[in-house]
Amino acid sequence: MGVLGYTILTLCVLGAVLAAVLYFVAQKFKVEEDPRIDEVEKMLPGANCGGCGFAGCRGMAEALVKNDDISALYCPVGGGDVMKAVADYLGKAAPEREPQVAVVRCAGSCANRPRTNQFDGAPSCAVVAATYGGETGCTFGCLGKGDCTAVCEFGAITMNSETGLPEVDDEKCTACGACVKACPKGVIELRKKFPKSRKVYVSCVNKDKGGVARKSCKAACIGCGKCAKVCPFGAITVENNLAFIDSTKCRLCRKCVVECPTGAIVEVGFPARKPAEEGEKPAAKPATKPAAPATEKAAAPAVEKPAAEPKNE
Amino acid sequence: MLKTFPIGGIHPADNKKWSAGAAIQRFALPESVSIPLSQHIGAPAVACVAKGDKVLAGQVIATAGGFVSSNIHSSVSGTVTAVDTIVGANGLRVPAVTIKVEGDEWVEGVDLSDTLISECNLEPKAIVEKIAAAGIVGMGGATFPTQVKLSVPPGKSAEYLIINGVECEPYLTADYRLMLEKGEELLVGVRILARALGVKKSFVGVENNKPDAIARLQKLVGSATDVEIVPLKVQYPQGGEKQLIAAVTGRQVPSGALPIDTGCVVQNVGTAYAVYEAVQKNKPLVERIVTVTGSAMQKPANLLVRIGTPISSLLAHCGGLPEGGVKVIGGGPMMGRAMSNIEAPVMKGSSGVLVLRSEETLRGEEGDCIRCAKCVDACPMGLEPYLLANVSKQKMYDMAEQHFIFDCIECGCCTYTCPSNLPLLDYLRLGKAEVMKIMRARKA
Amino acid sequence: MENKMIISPAPHVHGPNKTQRLMLDVLIALVPALVVSTVVYGLRVLALTLFSVCCCLLFEWFIQRYMLRGKLTINNLSAVVTGVLLAFNLPVNIPLWMVAIGALVAIGVAKMTFGGLGKNIFNPALVGRVFMLIAFPVAMTTFPEAADAISGATPLTMAKEALKNGVPVAEVMQSVSIKDMFIGVESGSIGEISALALLLGGLYLLWRRVITWHIPVAVLGSMGIFSLITWLIAPEAYMSPLFHLMGGGAMLGAWFMATDYVTSPMTPKGSIIFGVGVGVITMLVRLWGAYPEGMSFAILIMNSVVPLLDKYILPKRFGAPAKK
Repeated sequence: MGVLGYTILTLCVLGAVLAAVLYFVAQKFKVEEDPRIDEVEKMLPGANCGGCGFAGCRGMAEALVKNDDISALYCPVGGGDVMKAVADYLGKAAPEREPQVAVVRCAGSCANRPRTNQFDGAPSCAVVAATYGGETGCTFGCLGKGDCTAVCEFGAITMNSETGLPEVDDEKCTACGACVKACPKGVIELRKKFPKSRKVYVSCVNKDKGGVARKSCKAACIGCGKCAKVCPFGAITVENNLAFIDSTKCRLCRKCVVECPTGAIVEVGFPARKPAEEGEKPAAKPATKPAAPATEKAAAPAVEKPAAEPKNE
Repeated sequence: MLKTFPIGGIHPADNKKWSAGAAIQRFALPESVSIPLSQHIGAPAVACVAKGDKVLAGQVIATAGGFVSSNIHSSVSGTVTAVDTIVGANGLRVPAVTIKVEGDEWVEGVDLSDTLISECNLEPKAIVEKIAAAGIVGMGGATFPTQVKLSVPPGKSAEYLIINGVECEPYLTADYRLMLEKGEELLVGVRILARALGVKKSFVGVENNKPDAIARLQKLVGSATDVEIVPLKVQYPQGGEKQLIAAVTGRQVPSGALPIDTGCVVQNVGTAYAVYEAVQKNKPLVERIVTVTGSAMQKPANLLVRIGTPISSLLAHCGGLPEGGVKVIGGGPMMGRAMSNIEAPVMKGSSGVLVLRSEETLRGEEGDCIRCAKCVDACPMGLEPYLLANVSKQKMYDMAEQHFIFDCIECGCCTYTCPSNLPLLDYLRLGKAEVMKIMRARKA
Repeated sequence: MENKMIISPAPHVHGPNKTQRLMLDVLIALVPALVVSTVVYGLRVLALTLFSVCCCLLFEWFIQRYMLRGKLTINNLSAVVTGVLLAFNLPVNIPLWMVAIGALVAIGVAKMTFGGLGKNIFNPALVGRVFMLIAFPVAMTTFPEAADAISGATPLTMAKEALKNGVPVAEVMQSVSIKDMFIGVESGSIGEISALALLLGGLYLLWRRVITWHIPVAVLGSMGIFSLITWLIAPEAYMSPLFHLMGGGAMLGAWFMATDYVTSPMTPKGSIIFGVGVGVITMLVRLWGAYPEGMSFAILIMNSVVPLLDKYILPKRFGAPAKK
């Protein structure tokens, strides 16, 4: 009993002494900090993805508290709700931005864009881009080594082994922009998020002249400009043999989709068209992957399920 | 004990046997040439001809686009069919002038005879001007404009001229054949370069695996003391500028400094020969010796080729590509660049075209780093490649900078020696480019 | 497309180094010691070694396949090397179930918990050995009599006991023969009895450039100097340097255990510091510690210093500014 008693006593005394030491040290070295920073940090999603431009959520919280005008700060992961909550708490005007989603602008699947050579270096898009034009005739499109999937903190972007292209899960994508930065070819773009994950976009970034582009990829934009002419909202521009649809101007009328001779303009998330006007476009189900051009039709359904299911709570 | 550089190095099989015995052979004029406007380090040249123009061989078709840049001459006579872009060896488009070959007429004043002219009494300044006008760049592959290297910055002075006849890249024999067959012209070129720099002493460094080239040059030098032939122990990457200076003089170029800081200027033997032709014969740089080799080539050769000739025609001349998977490399196997487009033209820096069959070149499966330290032992710059590759991959650029990633000369010793087949240099190169960018931004 | 073009960044050729080949060279280098031991102790040596190797392979395969779910790694032979080295550190008559536990600790705890080859901090075989030494002290220190050895104890144990009891060195030396220790007919763990065989293996590794000279020379050199000093000061109380270099795990440790790639420093200078550390700690344990042999502990202790050495001891850099 004596041993046990001493043990307990010693430990208690030791604990008390150390607690006192800790307390004084904490007091002595306390860093005065605006307590609101902690509060704001708690409100932020805590993903530390860097999408706001800061290294982590803490940096963003500090900036939100310190700056009077926070209109330039935006957390893409938390979105409008979080920004509003933070702004209300701090008594500042909430920055507003339309929700965005990452879109892979390349339809150069194995079927559309035959490989002309075999890359044998480190499996990284950055290494490929520093070495040469890429494994296909197209030197602009996706290099297919998955740098974008490696940087995504949210598991929202995955490589499709059938097509060799990355696919974005709109539900998980927070538009943090990490993949946009990681892609050495600038294939991925943040576009305005429409309801039901609908999108209409040019799924090509090839700036070669029409003939050259077409030769290397069946789904290439040839820069013919038909889409720009047909667009009632002036959302489409053609520059360097490449059409671009400004998602902030686009109203999803889909006239361009019908007009495009190569199927480079893609519509996603719309109900099936009537057979008469369906043409070559596949009917994509709502909230699924980018509907690929006709040649990829067979592959598409097979990969939809696995990409949508994992890690969704 | 033969001299060599002090740290690291590897001993790859030299494989020069395939083409070493093939005498330099003049390659037939192609039907048309495409001459890229950027064949050198620095600003691209600016085209000064237009579609439809008639040009003569040796005529300037593009002028230097800046201080670090170089003139470009037509290598053939004929009609300009396009001033546009062509697909380069790496698949990317590059601006180029395409000329349809008609006959072989040269601009006036070019001496095409074989007569040796060894006298040169030009002032240094005039020599440098002539070299600049002739569009000469470093022929070893780095393609740094020669006139810039010969312009010693104020406050610094050149003590030694070191001529690089090392050709440490396996397979390549262009420099070796040049030293054997054009030794006299080469030495005149060396003395002209020495005159331009105002140095009293020149060294020609040659690796000991080329004993006949060493003997030949030594015989030509005779009892002269201004040029010394230095046999060197075979070790890659001895042809690296810093390694060569260390091997010959024992001086180490300090980290972040230039070779001139040790009083040395290094020029390739090919450059010295081009200087001879430009200064003594008024012939600009429009052709070069290209080794076409590889164990799978039927007729390996050393060809004297006009700039702009499609590489595919050289390959066809040497027996065509073998069946199956091949890697076609512009340059040697250690630092050359693999080509995805063999229709690309021969350029000023094309020292060789090497064809490797897939089994000779395919990388093995990547394993885990076993910390064997072989990359550390092999690195000629005394760096830690395993660490640098790793931090580059993780994008930890400040750490990479702390470990001197900017000193990397991209020689490839680390990847060559790694028992786990890790692509160390692939990542290291990315990290180095990124760190250099950050450092430049900081300076600006 | 008649030809498939292959593209990669430079370099386009690769040297002869392969992990598997390096490991194979280590195994080849261990063959002489195995042969001597088999001659001295009989076929059980082979059975024990084989059993240890099989256990290590099995554990590595199982953990890699079902727990780490990575690609197969047993064909790089590193587990075989661990298995052989573990067996070499055991007495010949140890029960096999103990060997299995040792192998489990070596592979499972010391190697795979860190993520497998290349990521472990401590030498797996030594962790296995030290675990067994602590868990089964009697079985691990009971050595059968070798061919014509006069006692079942190892020379180190015997010398330690004798010196502790005040027996003068000269008398101790009557019962051990340095020559026998060199050739391998004194008793000890199966792999460490013959200094000669181990030395041959070590030289083979040097010749094949599998290892560099730094670590073995630093370990043996520092042990030699350390024991030389004590021996010169008090020749009647301390054994001679030759005795220490030939005895126990000195050779096995210096050539095969301390030079383990994964757990040794990356730079030549670091390797020398590491080696000297191993040598000095070994001698401290041997002369004044509780155990007769300290090689295992010394290597494990120095293993833990390796990350520090790698951080602060950098290789000699080309063109580095001279230090003031």
